[in-house]
Amino acid sequence: MSTPTIRPDSASRSSDLTTGRHQHLGSLLGRVWAVDAVGVEERAASLAKRSIKKEAKLWALDLAIRMMDLTTLEGKDTPGKVRALAGKARRPDPTDPSIPHVAALCVYPNMIPTAVEALAGSGVKIASVATYFPSGQAPLEVKLADVRSAVEMGADEIDMVIDRGAYLAGDYASVYDEIVAVKEACGEAHLKVILETGELETYDNVRRASVLAMAAGADFIKTSTGKVQPAATLPVTLVMLEAIRDFHAQTGRVVGMKPAGGIRTAKEAIGYLTTLYETLGPRWMTPDLFRFGASSLLNDVLMQIRKERTGRYSGGDYFTLD
Amino acid sequence: MTLTKKNETRPATASWGLAAGEHPWEYAPAPEATDHVRIEPEYGLFIGNEFTRSKPRRTFTVINPATEEPLAKVAHASKADVDRAVGAASEAHRSVWSKLPGRERAKYLYRIARILQERSREFAVVESMNSGKPIKESRDVDVPLAAAHFFYYAGWADKLEYAYPNRDPRSLGVAAQVIPWNFPLLMLAWKIAPALAAGNTVVLKPASTTPLTAYLFADVVRQADLPPGVVNIITGPGEIGMELVTHPDVRKVAFTGSTAVGKMIARALAGTDKKVTLELGGKAANIVFDDAPLDQAIEGIVNGIYFNQGEVCCAGSRLFVQESVYEPLIDKLKARLSTLRVGDPLDKNTDVGAINSAGQLAKVTELVESGIEEGAEIFQPDCQLPDRGFFFVPTLFTGVSQSHRIAQEEIFGPVLSVLTFRTPEEAIEKANNTPYGLSAGVWTEKGSRIFKMVNAMRAGVVWANTFNRFDPTSPFGGYKESGYGREGGIHGLGAYLDLSGNGR
Repeated sequence: MSTPTIRPDSASRSSDLTTGRHQHLGSLLGRVWAVDAVGVEERAASLAKRSIKKEAKLWALDLAIRMMDLTTLEGKDTPGKVRALAGKARRPDPTDPSIPHVAALCVYPNMIPTAVEALAGSGVKIASVATYFPSGQAPLEVKLADVRSAVEMGADEIDMVIDRGAYLAGDYASVYDEIVAVKEACGEAHLKVILETGELETYDNVRRASVLAMAAGADFIKTSTGKVQPAATLPVTLVMLEAIRDFHAQTGRVVGMKPAGGIRTAKEAIGYLTTLYETLGPRWMTPDLFRFGASSLLNDVLMQIRKERTGRYSGGDYFTLD
Repeated sequence: MTLTKKNETRPATASWGLAAGEHPWEYAPAPEATDHVRIEPEYGLFIGNEFTRSKPRRTFTVINPATEEPLAKVAHASKADVDRAVGAASEAHRSVWSKLPGRERAKYLYRIARILQERSREFAVVESMNSGKPIKESRDVDVPLAAAHFFYYAGWADKLEYAYPNRDPRSLGVAAQVIPWNFPLLMLAWKIAPALAAGNTVVLKPASTTPLTAYLFADVVRQADLPPGVVNIITGPGEIGMELVTHPDVRKVAFTGSTAVGKMIARALAGTDKKVTLELGGKAANIVFDDAPLDQAIEGIVNGIYFNQGEVCCAGSRLFVQESVYEPLIDKLKARLSTLRVGDPLDKNTDVGAINSAGQLAKVTELVESGIEEGAEIFQPDCQLPDRGFFFVPTLFTGVSQSHRIAQEEIFGPVLSVLTFRTPEEAIEKANNTPYGLSAGVWTEKGSRIFKMVNAMRAGVVWANTFNRFDPTSPFGGYKESGYGREGGIHGLGAYLDLSGNGR
């Protein structure tokens, strides 16, 4: 009996799996690789121990800024707050023009018009959460309307949440169908699918949900809303990167990754980048395929860049709080 | 042929299959500082807490295998020196150590353990300089585990009668211990900690290429104020080791090393009443079933055979893969090999360091050549080796059959032979089809299969969903030509005790 298996290195052979004659068999016999929790945590810890110094560090820190989705997702967000953050996004360090702008500003839908105005011509993308973020506990029509209006208002990227309730109830089909529908509603906008790994709890769930989201059309898969603890962790990110790697080998599709929530220091960010680099290679070392969802990471990265360049640390008051 | 010759030009980093415009991220060198360690120009034999010259005075030079530069001269012991060392140990056992209450011996062991922790950076650096192993291994594995062994056996020192109730456990006397070059400090700890806890004194002979951390440990012995003669360390070639283990005043012999030497020792000691434990070679099977957590299995395979350049007696050198996952597993494994960083052992990012000696490098090379000649398919990632030093590129052989030399002989290098199987029964049969039996690994999500495999493996250690994991509480040792006796845990204690009853 021919069991369809994941065959990295060959997109052609595997097209069978998604489109061809084995599709039916695949749904019956195909499966997602199991994840061993001890092993994945050990591997992540060893990757985080890489010692990145000097030019290699500066390059990584610069890249981390270019990969950053600067985020504010608070009930108390105001146009003033969003404008201030947009300023930071355009010009993270006003005293240093060599610092690049961040990848995107991530806001609630109501703040999109303000962000569009504040970021015009900057090259900074506008990402908006949608689909009844963060719980996702609303009817599909409401979620789709949320997405459509966000795109209409000018969002370049949509960060959706999956229906964890359905997922944990084993109703994978409706999770899948919902992502497909949201993807369609996005039109040209890029879709990031938030798994909320803190609620999925097991690495096996994370891996399966990653495959499900990618198969349903996600451009990016993302760990967390930032509203649930634990948010992004390095082992969870590693599991998702491995899923991306196998999905690419299997289907030829390139999917991006966004860890979000809880990444606060430049050192942690570099740990994520070494994990990315040693799992997916140089092709993924770009803002088009990797983002950090963070609200407080940026200043530590700026501080470390200045330290690396001057040999001295500057105090917190030498970096703007926005 | 793609064997790794020095000065061969290779691309600078892993072969990612870079597309145009993509460039590799070059990690800047991150060398561990060496300015805090002091290596003496010459080390004498450590006898009775003093460094003494060998008689007649002879020395040999110890080198750094990563640079081929000399590190120090060490004394070349003679037969008379062996007598002196055994005499000092014998006297210390008779007059002091055997009379100390267990709780007092424990204090010394705890003290040694704490000093090892305090001086861990120094030990890690010297270990890497002398053995060629990556600093991250000596720092994260060798030195912490060595300290852990002393902590663990310190705890037993005053509880021997509880470990062996109604047996009146007594110390044996002088233990002669001969250890290999792959884990110099860790093997020292495995040997010395249980010996001292049980009330014996020791004469230890480290391998002639890697004596430096043993002599650094001699300094710890003095720092811990151990009574003179309790720990003695001598250096010299194999013949001196043989003189030591056959010395009439030695009551216990513990040897870790090659099967060939182990057999010589067993022959020499046959008919004597010396207690003997031998921890010898291995050719471990690492068995991956099709339901295994593949990405973690890859890490386990890599850790199993490329850890410490494959210079591990329990290395998972034979990989058995269920045929239904063969292709994805091999593809993943090749990709993973391409990310291994081979080079300067003192660089914190180095994954694979230097082979310990020119002789060992020649042996690895010879066996790899035999693999190619016998028709196995070789894979080596692109990586740049340093111009000097004894380095070998991590190597993978596919299409290996049981009859190939690379499937039968212990290579003791970063060389993995991949074989396949179809059913669990076939895996058991093939895995056990070796003269060795030190360790094995099983990768499966199915708990019941783990138990079945563990019971079926003729190996002293079987790891499930992990590999090369060590703990002082866990016994270690072999079946068949991998030796006899156990080290570690309570099992390791018994080897250093007379349990014959109510004394003699």
